[in-house]
Amino acid sequence: MMPPPEEAGSEPPRPTQALFLERQSYRRRRLVDVARLLPLLGVLLLLVPLLWQGKGEGLETPISTAITYVFAVWALLILGAGLFGIAARRWGGDKRADTEE
Amino acid sequence: MTSVNLLILVCIGYVALLFGVAFIADRMAARGRSTWLRSPLVYTLSLSIYCTAWTFYGAVGYAARSGLEFITIYLGPTLVMVGWWWGLRKLVRIGRSQRVTSIADLISSRYGKSTFLAICVTLLAVISITPYIALQLQSITLSFEIFFAADPGSGFSAGSSVFWVAAGLAVFAILFGTRNLDVNERHHGVVTAIALEAVVKLVALLAVGIFVVWGLSGGVSQTMARIDASEIGTWQVDAGRWTTITFLAAAAFVCLPRMFQVMVVENDDERHLRTAAWAFPTYLLLMSLFVVPIAAVGLEIMPEGSNPDLFVLTLPLSQGQDGLAMLAFLGGFSSATSMVIVAAMALSTMVSNHIVMPIWLSSRGGGASQSGDVRKVVLMSRRLTIGAIMALGYFYYHLSGGGAALAAIGLIAFAGIAQILPALVGGLFWRGATRTGALAGLVTGFVLWLYTMLLPGMGNIMSEEFLALGPFGISWLRPQALFGITGLDPMVHSVMWSMILNATVFSVASLLSFPSPLERLQGAQFVNVFDHSAGPRGWTGSVAQSEDLMIMSQRILGANEAQAFFQVEARKQGADGHLPEPTPAFLERLERELSGSVGAATAHAMIGQIVGGSSVSVEDLLAVADESAQMLEYSSQLEIKSSELSRTARQLREANDKLMQISHQKDAFLDQVSHELRTPMTSIRAFSEILRDTDGLKPSEKVRYATIINNEALRLTRLLDDLLDLSVLESGQVSLDMRSGILAEVLDHAVSSALSGEAAPLQVRRLPASENVALLSDLDRLAQVFINLISNAQKYCDAFDPVLQIDVHQRDGFLVIDFIDNGSGIAADTQALVFEKFARVSNDKAGGAGLGLAVCREIMHRLGGDVRYLEGQAGGAFRVTLPSRQSSHQPSRQTTAAK
Repeated sequence: MMPPPEEAGSEPPRPTQALFLERQSYRRRRLVDVARLLPLLGVLLLLVPLLWQGKGEGLETPISTAITYVFAVWALLILGAGLFGIAARRWGGDKRADTEE
Repeated sequence: MTSVNLLILVCIGYVALLFGVAFIADRMAARGRSTWLRSPLVYTLSLSIYCTAWTFYGAVGYAARSGLEFITIYLGPTLVMVGWWWGLRKLVRIGRSQRVTSIADLISSRYGKSTFLAICVTLLAVISITPYIALQLQSITLSFEIFFAADPGSGFSAGSSVFWVAAGLAVFAILFGTRNLDVNERHHGVVTAIALEAVVKLVALLAVGIFVVWGLSGGVSQTMARIDASEIGTWQVDAGRWTTITFLAAAAFVCLPRMFQVMVVENDDERHLRTAAWAFPTYLLLMSLFVVPIAAVGLEIMPEGSNPDLFVLTLPLSQGQDGLAMLAFLGGFSSATSMVIVAAMALSTMVSNHIVMPIWLSSRGGGASQSGDVRKVVLMSRRLTIGAIMALGYFYYHLSGGGAALAAIGLIAFAGIAQILPALVGGLFWRGATRTGALAGLVTGFVLWLYTMLLPGMGNIMSEEFLALGPFGISWLRPQALFGITGLDPMVHSVMWSMILNATVFSVASLLSFPSPLERLQGAQFVNVFDHSAGPRGWTGSVAQSEDLMIMSQRILGANEAQAFFQVEARKQGADGHLPEPTPAFLERLERELSGSVGAATAHAMIGQIVGGSSVSVEDLLAVADESAQMLEYSSQLEIKSSELSRTARQLREANDKLMQISHQKDAFLDQVSHELRTPMTSIRAFSEILRDTDGLKPSEKVRYATIINNEALRLTRLLDDLLDLSVLESGQVSLDMRSGILAEVLDHAVSSALSGEAAPLQVRRLPASENVALLSDLDRLAQVFINLISNAQKYCDAFDPVLQIDVHQRDGFLVIDFIDNGSGIAADTQALVFEKFARVSNDKAGGAGLGLAVCREIMHRLGGDVRYLEGQAGGAFRVTLPSRQSSHQPSRQTTAAK
């Protein structure tokens, strides 16, 4: 009797990405989403002062308000980036989080 | 008042300190004891060369003129750093994996290692950065001037001080920027010195700020009140300028050669980015924290007409704070020197790699493999370039007269360098970006920037009339109102048009052109840098000579480094010697090593010269594609063959099973035959012995015994006849008696013969109308078949009230006669066997010898028809097919031939 023939020409199995991730990886990806959204948030918040242009005497915004606002937004962005940096350090050894786009 | 001599002494001391730090850092790096040199902190601080003298002094002046608008210069980089996961991470990864040496190298490498593109980017960078360097020289000179003005006896000359400053910076840059030709193009000494300078300028600005807020104004709230009360006390910002400058600063932060140098090239570890992502914005925040207070207080305190650009310096001086003023001076000095040193280094790398080296290589003909140390040439060209760039900056300063025209040069430089952005971003994120597109976009942006920003900004080149009416009076070509759109701020106008048209031309030209294979490979490498780590298979090293490569590499990498590299490679290939085989993988790694020293395009060209230019060509790619197509075809052929084989194997298995079954049948039949033969023989022998040996038998007894003997003999004869019949039929030596007749008559005859003498004949149902068919056949043989089938039904039908249905119909030129009984039929596994010789359906109803159906089938084959078991009927069913009259002459001829 002949041995059953090999399945010639069939494609080698490809490593497919799992549809659902572990809780940890899922959190990680959402964190990356935050990191991506952070600059957009910054742009939006920094555009807000442009709406403040008061016309005429007494209606103008004092510059101290603007300074406080801009520096507050700035500090917020730094805080966000810092927290993300700390979180990113915790998964430092993990290659997968690094390679995902 | 501080004496000028002390100032000069402090300056020289400070520079000596920087030299010392750079020297020690280089030493430590060389000994491998430089862990803290590679810390994220040093990386972050080195990024601070973004803050030049323009931002150190100029930010206050800017704030004094336009309020909070200055802050956009810092907000742009903050946004880029905060969004590092999107852009910088990729940029740094590519820079490290491709051994990129400069922004021009990156662009050229991305677009197929194009030398021409690299030259264009280099020229653009030199043209936009030279005025910027002049600006730094000016700021140092101005700060000197402040001190000299207070000390009239010193014999100060602005011109000579600028010269000495430029010369000193050039020496520093040459000493530490071109000491070694590192494979990774990293300069630990310079970077460390810059980090120190970063600390100095931050401390200086913070000190002045703290003095102004708490020393002069008495606290935060009073300062805020003072600011609100000052000239810049209301929030008035041009929305266009606000957004445009933020964008420009962000773009320049990535594209400026010096920023690229510290951010990508000098990067030791990609993970530093995540620290720098928050630390650098914090640095920028601190740098700008006290700018507005200093400006507001300066405007209030300082006399009318004093230069707000120098408030940082003049404010402490006016309050008698000489020490603080000295610190502020050092801060400004640091800002200017660090920028100039790194910018000169970065530009010199670009110029020497992309302009000098290609020219030198081509001027030497087949140069790469000739003797001579290329390293010396590279280093010398870099040194000369640094000198040339500083000289350019110096002359630019002189030509522009060092006046107010320089003040605006910072933004002009930003706008110029930002023209690289579309090609850079497109190259990183869009695989469809091509060399043609990058070139076209770059040139478009550059020309527009030149026409709408640089030339009008230089004051005396374009006349008022030209600006107001446009060239030759064509109003829609006015440099500051292109296409007739007026009312825009000139800076916004220029940036908007140049960036929009640059990006548009880049995209359209990319879409319309077709990239070369190398470009496409590099494109895939860059865009999907997180998926690929290997480089493109660029070289086919069949003709490359390892020795030539060795000679060339020694001259670029240095003898020891090159030998070590080659040895490692040889060991990787499993060879004992020092020279590895020129495999594509080895050549690719070698090219990357070399590109760390001389740039991607030059390294590519040098290896190309030795390997014989056998880089990837379309033909190679086609050959590869062809090969894989052949492989595919071969494998599909294999697949077909293997399925054929498996089919054959299955058939063989079936045949084998059948053979085994038949063999078993034969054995069983031999038993049967011997039994069949023995039974009559036994009775014949017994009765013949009785007749022979027994005396006094009655005549009636003799007759009875003789009849038994006769019957048994007849039975034997019948059996033998059947066997003979079958063998005759099978051997084809049968004679057929072809006659015309009617089917109904044959059936009548068959039914009556089969059922005659039966005690309980089964009921036969027929349709006489359908049986009235004319036949041309051997009617006796046909009747024999029918008789066999009917008597089989009689014998084996196990129904309580057995009925045989005989159906006749015509189909496809054949006459079909079905014999269907109402018994339980034949089991599926034995259906295939019933027509075999000696087969019997069941052993419990022993009748004939099991030859009947076999004979029937042979007869029907002879008659040109067939008999087979009909599945799926209510009971046992047989179908006899017979050629109709029209075509029935054929078998007769056949049999005649067989006679």
